[in-house]
Amino acid sequence: MDPILSIREVSKSFGNFKALDGVSLEVPTHSIYGLLGPNGAGKTTLIRIINQIAFPDQGQVYLGGEPLKPEHVAQIGYLPEERGLYKNMKVGEQALYLAQLKGLSRADAHRELNYWFEKLEIGDWWNRKVQELSKGMAQKIQFITTVLHRPRLLIFDEPFSGFDPINAALIKDQILELRNEGASIIFSTHRMESVEELCEYIALIHRSHKILEGRLSSIKKAYRSNEFRVRWMPSKQEDGLNGMEALAPVVRSAFHSDEGIWDFVVSLEDANQGDFMNYLTRRGVLSSFQEVVPSVNDIFIQTVQKQEAHA
Amino acid sequence: MRKLGLIIRREYLAKVRNKSFVIMTFLSPILLVGMVVLIAYLTKINDNEKRIVVVLNESGHFQQEFLPQPGLAFVMMRDISIEEAKDSTLSLGYYGLLHLEDRGPLDKVVESAYFFTREAPSTQVLEHIERILERELRAYRLEELGMSPQTYANLGKGYEINTATFAGERSGKGINEFKALVGGGFGYLIMMFIIIYGGFVMRSVIEEKTSRIIEIIISSVKPFQLMLGKIIGTSLAGVTQFLIWIISASLLMVLALIFLDLDPAILLERPGTPGMDPAFPVDGLPADATTSLLIEEFLKIPMGLMIGFFLIYFVLGYLIYSSIYAAIGAAVDNETDTQQFIFPIILPLMLAIYVGFFSVFSNPHGPIAVGFSIFPLTSPIVMMMRLPGGVGEGGVPIWELVLSIFLLVVTFLGIVYLAAKIYRVGILMYGKKPTYRELFKWLKY
Repeated sequence: MDPILSIREVSKSFGNFKALDGVSLEVPTHSIYGLLGPNGAGKTTLIRIINQIAFPDQGQVYLGGEPLKPEHVAQIGYLPEERGLYKNMKVGEQALYLAQLKGLSRADAHRELNYWFEKLEIGDWWNRKVQELSKGMAQKIQFITTVLHRPRLLIFDEPFSGFDPINAALIKDQILELRNEGASIIFSTHRMESVEELCEYIALIHRSHKILEGRLSSIKKAYRSNEFRVRWMPSKQEDGLNGMEALAPVVRSAFHSDEGIWDFVVSLEDANQGDFMNYLTRRGVLSSFQEVVPSVNDIFIQTVQKQEAHA
Repeated sequence: MRKLGLIIRREYLAKVRNKSFVIMTFLSPILLVGMVVLIAYLTKINDNEKRIVVVLNESGHFQQEFLPQPGLAFVMMRDISIEEAKDSTLSLGYYGLLHLEDRGPLDKVVESAYFFTREAPSTQVLEHIERILERELRAYRLEELGMSPQTYANLGKGYEINTATFAGERSGKGINEFKALVGGGFGYLIMMFIIIYGGFVMRSVIEEKTSRIIEIIISSVKPFQLMLGKIIGTSLAGVTQFLIWIISASLLMVLALIFLDLDPAILLERPGTPGMDPAFPVDGLPADATTSLLIEEFLKIPMGLMIGFFLIYFVLGYLIYSSIYAAIGAAVDNETDTQQFIFPIILPLMLAIYVGFFSVFSNPHGPIAVGFSIFPLTSPIVMMMRLPGGVGEGGVPIWELVLSIFLLVVTFLGIVYLAAKIYRVGILMYGKKPTYRELFKWLKY
């Protein structure tokens, strides 16, 4: 399937400052795509270009295969990081207004709003003014106005900030549901655990350049260090590590033992796995054997640091 | 277009539903009328105060001349010393004491006359007494010269040349001023509207920035559409407010005057009532003739033309200024930062009003008046002051009008383009207090 969004060689400068330098990205359809990067890397500029708030100096953006044009705003839903609502406006009226700006008719907007208000259990807020709402409540309204017009592409910039854990989970479920219903989602955040949880693809932007992009599982594979964490109870404690180290190097610094159970990390080439497992099972009881997978956080920090070293 | 309509509707409703706007709209006419009624009432009370002046007349002149006036009466005293007279004036609480010594002939008496009061005397009283003495003095001197008052009157009669326009219409002094005043009214309206509602536009932009809704809105509509919708919506609210003001203020005024039995003319007669006086004292022509000439001139002012051009100048002038206001609102984070940018906007408006009044009054087609009525930032106001004279022969030359409107349109397009650029960049800039240099840089983004 064609990617929902492809960004080709996009550059954007503000005066002498180059916010984006030849960035290309492909966001696969029906995926959740994490857009990561340190503060000031150029993520917001890129998102604004996708929303046609800013325009690239060079390069093209395609939405569903077509060059980006003004009518596309109706197909995009955007929840910016800097967000708010008109304080003096009533909730219902405001949501109707924002939906109509996205091209919905008043009647359609009304129907969709009723659906969402019911779904997120906020039916009786219709006539309340935004200034009377708590921050979390206002965030819910904002989430609704972002998704109300059933956009093909959703862009969430730090969507969970301002939510308590319960509502954050609620919103997370909604995001997943939207993806399952066919929307494609770009997700920009600094909270790596939610990237880990939600994203199938990620891209890392650093200092106006894209430095990493791909399917999260493949990236993790590329970043694997062939290390395994083992919990094992040897039948003879006194044998020590020597027998094992003949087969594979143990990372001694990570070793500790507790009530006869050893907990350690071992570097292991794929070819040696069988022998090593045989050794463990024959000389003791194996309770856990797991590959040490690099977290997105580790990948993020590693990649950025490597880039800094090059620069 | 549909989106623009939505924005206009929202901005309009947001404005007219705003509590302070509603209060302003309905309270101002009441305050205004209350003020006028209060002034009229106080003036009436003030005039009811009776001042009594004691006249100690030791001379043989002035037997019948001191007649009572509204607000002023005279008490004659004789055969007491000046000290006694002073004492009794004070103890009786009278306003003052006029002392006419016995110096023989009337001119000597008048020369040595003294007027004593507790504090510095009121101009009105003083002028009245002076006039009485002056009249007698003049009559006395005429008699000495052997000239009849009639001859004197003929001698002193002023001369006024007959004036007419080439088209054969009668004209007179004060006509220019009068016409400029009528036009100035339109110009003043434009200026007030710009300052009040331009400020509203600016505040509404700042509100969108501080409430952080701006990025959501402009991911749906173009910043330019938002800016335009904001300006139009706010000005419609302004027009609504103005209409309510005019209608309710005139209604209230009529009611107040009927029920309180006040004469509205009382306000016009007062010297110092702004805007009323300069046009009226027309020397040489009898008062009635002047008034009828002015009425004639007023009816001759091409009102249809005035209103037509008022709409053009109003719309273009307002759009130019309010888009600058919108750009300022976008550039700053809060209202206190706007000061440095506001002043340069107000300046041409002020200049237009003052230069307009001074130069158009004396010469509606002089170089200053022409220049300012062509320069686009002042033309909406100054041209309106010149227009009551008509267009074409005897009035504003057509080429000046065309040039003025042409420049205004060009400026309008240019300024709106630049303001929209600043606006587009500014609305997404948070936490910075921009300098002019920075604004200039934004134009290139």
